[in-house]
Amino acid sequence: MQCQKCQQHEASVHYTQVVNGQKKEVHLCEQCAHEEGYMNFTNESLSLHHFLTNMFPFDQAVNQQPKEQVQRDQGMTCEGCGLTYAQFRKKGKFGCSQCYETFDSYLNPIFKRVHSGNTEHVGKIPKRIGGQLHKRKEIDQLKKELQQLIEDENFEEAADIRDRIRTLKQEIAESEKGGDA
Amino acid sequence: MSLQDFINDAISPWMNNEGNDSDIVLSTRIRLARNLEQVPFPTSQDQASQQKVLQHVEQEFNEQSYESFKQFQLVKMGELEPIEKRVLVEKHLISPNLAENTETGAVLISENEQASIMVNEEDHLRIQLYYPGFELSEALQQAQKLDDWFEERTRYAFDEHKGYLTSCPTNVGTGLRASIMMHLPALTITNQMNQIVPEINKIGLVVRGIYGEGSEALGQLYQISNQMTLGKSEEDIVEDLKSVVKQVIESERKAREWVMQQSGIQLEDRIFRSYGVLAHSRIIESKEAAKCLSDVRLGIDLGLIKNVSKNILNELMVLTQPGFLQHYAKKSLHPNERDWFRANLIRERLQLEQYKN
Ligand SMILES: [Zn+2]
Ligand SMILES: [Zn+2]
Repeated sequence: MQCQKCQQHEASVHYTQVVNGQKKEVHLCEQCAHEEGYMNFTNESLSLHHFLTNMFPFDQAVNQQPKEQVQRDQGMTCEGCGLTYAQFRKKGKFGCSQCYETFDSYLNPIFKRVHSGNTEHVGKIPKRIGGQLHKRKEIDQLKKELQQLIEDENFEEAADIRDRIRTLKQEIAESEKGGDA
Repeated sequence: MSLQDFINDAISPWMNNEGNDSDIVLSTRIRLARNLEQVPFPTSQDQASQQKVLQHVEQEFNEQSYESFKQFQLVKMGELEPIEKRVLVEKHLISPNLAENTETGAVLISENEQASIMVNEEDHLRIQLYYPGFELSEALQQAQKLDDWFEERTRYAFDEHKGYLTSCPTNVGTGLRASIMMHLPALTITNQMNQIVPEINKIGLVVRGIYGEGSEALGQLYQISNQMTLGKSEEDIVEDLKSVVKQVIESERKAREWVMQQSGIQLEDRIFRSYGVLAHSRIIESKEAAKCLSDVRLGIDLGLIKNVSKNILNELMVLTQPGFLQHYAKKSLHPNERDWFRANLIRERLQLEQYKN
């Protein structure tokens, strides 16, 4: 069997990977396998590249749209980096953070597919960007905990949580008054 | 720490410590993808902005110290020989992709090589942290601290809804990829990986194995990592991965016990044959070397082989790759010469073990 990458050498590394239940077989020569970073934590490009080729689930939907609109969308260009929508489709990579706004209306189906149906970030927030955001998200979280504690009739802890929520709300109100949001 | 240190030793200092469950888990890695605000991503091929990022990192972080990581050293791709870059790739300090960026690619490496921050890879910054053994929570905590240190002097591209913005849609949100490298010989020998892998995949994790001709993974090494980066907190991502890895560790332990009970003498035979091959062969291909190293490592973990250090699998796996071989040979080698050189190197390394004891 020939190496899939260089098409020159005999493939000696036979590589099976499964991404979201889809099995892919890769056959490479030793040299190419090394270049692709096999046994290497730092290279994810191989698996992700395969993954990306399946990343656009809305091809059919797009095909059903009027031709003019498809052409317009394909030509849609990011002002931040000059990337067109067609180029993004081909490469599967953004060129700058503004791309996220430019192509916004097309992205959620991609995110959903890649991230098990999710489109909202719930993780870390940079401290210097998100002082208030941190607090608002913390309040949301505490409210959920409060609900659970009340259901469990754990009123003592519930009171503590309620105090914490009150403090956070005050802090937000004060800093908004101070205008340094 | 100089560039020469990074390149001369196959084993990074952090690998010498023994982590949790080190009979099965070789290492833990946390990676965070980050970009600077209002600067096009490296994928846009805009040289001027990549230079800007590189300058920023050089000014703010080169030769700076941070807590237990101590001093960071910036190494630019443009200043390295091809073999030197290859060695850094084999040590997992950089990616092959970064090695190709000779114009603006660089890496900031901590003194013990535990942390490396790739500059102008696919994203402006790729913060990577390694731990020996199974150490996910600690690794995440330390990676977050390192990220905070960067954030003190850097404005990250961040969106309230989409989180940390990355070049690739597969990293957006937390930008976090947590990976565990596992040695699973007994699950492989007993053909259980065929059932385990699809199960793990169903819950949104990725398993990668490297297969030789048969059904056995090369070196019987598998990497398990998270796929999802959006819609889950860093802590939850790590907890979910942790609980799966724990189950795999349990299964591997049970499988090892079972194999020992059912066919102890056959297993022992296989292990010592492999030891014999490594100790005496004059020519060895990387695939055969990987299989034998895996067997010997299992022999060590089962207590069958004594007086050989556990690290030998990790060390020789790195050492016998083409870049290191050529670095040691101090010249480029043809594949045939490599096999010959590889056999020599392994024999010498095993002899060294005997002198040590
Ligand atoms: Zn090839
Ligand atoms: Zn853009």
